Amino acid sequence: MTSFESRLPAVASHGVDHGMDHGATDAAQSAPPPPAWTNIHAPDALRATTSDAERLAPVGRWRATRAYLRNPTAVIGLLILAVVLAAAALAPTLFPEDPLAMVDRPLQWPGQNPDYPLGTDALGRDVLAGLVHGARVSLLIGAAATLVSVVAGVLVGATSGYFGGRIDDALVKLVEVFQTIPGFILLIVTVAIAQPTIPAITLAIALVSWPAVARLVRAEFRALREKDMVMAARGLGYGHTRIILREILPNALPPVIVMASVTVATAILMESALSFMGLGDPNTISWGSMIGAGREMLRTAWYLSAIPGLAIVVTVLALNLIGDGLNDALNPRLSEGR
Amino acid sequence: MSAPLILSKSAPLIAAMSARLIPSPRVLKALRRSLLQAIPTVLIIVILNFFLLRLAPGNAADVLAGEAGAATAETMAALRARFGLDLPLMEQLFAYLGNLAQFSLGQSPRYNMPVAELIGQRLPNTLILMLLALGGALAVGIAAGAVMAAFAGRWTDRALSVLALLFYSIPGFWIGLMLIVLFSVKLGWLPSGGAETIGAVHSGWDAALDRARHLVLPTVSLALFYVAIYARLTRGAMLEVKAQDYIRTARAKGLSPAAVTIRHTLRNALLPVTTMAGVHLGGLMGGAVVVETVYSWPGLGRLAYEAVMGRDFNVLLGILLLSSLIVVAVNALIDLLQATLDPRIEVR
Repeated sequence: MTSFESRLPAVASHGVDHGMDHGATDAAQSAPPPPAWTNIHAPDALRATTSDAERLAPVGRWRATRAYLRNPTAVIGLLILAVVLAAAALAPTLFPEDPLAMVDRPLQWPGQNPDYPLGTDALGRDVLAGLVHGARVSLLIGAAATLVSVVAGVLVGATSGYFGGRIDDALVKLVEVFQTIPGFILLIVTVAIAQPTIPAITLAIALVSWPAVARLVRAEFRALREKDMVMAARGLGYGHTRIILREILPNALPPVIVMASVTVATAILMESALSFMGLGDPNTISWGSMIGAGREMLRTAWYLSAIPGLAIVVTVLALNLIGDGLNDALNPRLSEGR
Repeated sequence: MSAPLILSKSAPLIAAMSARLIPSPRVLKALRRSLLQAIPTVLIIVILNFFLLRLAPGNAADVLAGEAGAATAETMAALRARFGLDLPLMEQLFAYLGNLAQFSLGQSPRYNMPVAELIGQRLPNTLILMLLALGGALAVGIAAGAVMAAFAGRWTDRALSVLALLFYSIPGFWIGLMLIVLFSVKLGWLPSGGAETIGAVHSGWDAALDRARHLVLPTVSLALFYVAIYARLTRGAMLEVKAQDYIRTARAKGLSPAAVTIRHTLRNALLPVTTMAGVHLGGLMGGAVVVETVYSWPGLGRLAYEAVMGRDFNVLLGILLLSSLIVVAVNALIDLLQATLDPRIEVR
């Protein structure tokens, strides 16, 4: 029973639809009275039934991992991402030369020259080498921007949701301001103001991505701070920092993890759009800049735009598949029957 | 069983449908509240944008001088003085806010015309692109989501889910280029860019048809991403609604499955979808910037891009302000719509 008790708050917090929860409470009250467990006083326990507990089994820390691995599309996403990661990691070994250097006759179509299986571009650069090196930039910016925006979003959202009151009002206003300005326009302006270097682009993408995380974390914290476990922690005399970090945050994390995987995908899309428009770092090769360069030759050599675009689609698709898989694995109640 | 409970659930929506045409005091209150809340938001946005843009290295005078090839110190000083760039920062801010209070967005140093006029020329093109894309995405997305929910778990659902996820992962500018390759270069069916055929003298229906043909590819490129979002949202919302008691009631009283799906499930599932449509408006505008670049579409997005490159801050401020205002207005409209549709929504 102890494991059941401890996991209840985490599960209950994922109910996005509170209307349904109330319905369930009503039904539980009008249904034949549940077995009288006089030792349970938590409000959550009222609507808990034996079948809920059974559905949540298998219990244990590996439950989510197992649920994830049973999902074929999610595993495919993970495999694709592993391949892209490996390509990015091995880029300097596989293609030690500068991907921006001219290596052969320009504009060879894929398959024409066995040395360059994906062909060469208008300046005689190896497309495959560019693709592999471009993976580094895309993944680096995607991951770093997500890390920054998740940290910022959790800080703001946790403060706002936990403390409430004036701080909450001010921070909500801030988030609202950022969500009202069209994100991509703000991104272009920020990158144009700062110089187009990888750190600046990363921070600019984080600047437009954190508000969504903050909103989500705030909603989670607002729901969780009313739970009995938080009251118990307060009763034990724990400080705010400890309650936020050790009691509430772990329970609020599952949806944040799901959102993070989608944020990586969006960040990669934003970076590619930026460098497509010529606002990327001119000294590194990226998928977006390859498409932008290939655009000039769209009528005669469309493969130059098509190939890096496919790399973006496949990578982003993999991240979204992972996001879906994580969502199903971490929120078992939401995914039932879907 | 719990019959009384089931009956009470569908009542609010029926009441809302009958009261829809008369704006109740509650709805007006919702409108007033959203407008009051919007004022400080917009003000903060204006001030924030102003300082953000002043952080940029270089100004319009520098760019103009650079493009001219050479400029003496006197010319530079004269240019700066003409655009008010030599004033202290706070004075520039107050001058700008003063202009705004008179509904003037200032003058564009680069184009040498009022910003409002410049934006006014481009805005209709962007609005038509955005509205068509949003409308198309909503229609196709909701239909696809409804089909997915109706066949939840079966192969139709799985195939459409994968397709939606694929659309969700495709960069708009890339699909734009690929559509150009297929439909303009290879098949020659549709024009590859611009808003109308240059040099062609069309009138009446021909002109409309010409414009419509130019709209197809940009709209599709912009809409695909949102088709995926709305399909997924609709599917999720419909599955949630399907589990409600009032759907069981509707089925129990002998309604046909189609009637239950369309009149009871879909209608209630539309609420979360409309909320998100408002949230996506800002994103749609950002997407328009990229798509407009691909198709040389003479819209606001391209103007924004050119303004960034030319350090034309007044134009940029105007675009940022206007696009934020559009987002605020649409969100107010959606609040209103929801307060009308669903009386259970609390109006503070």
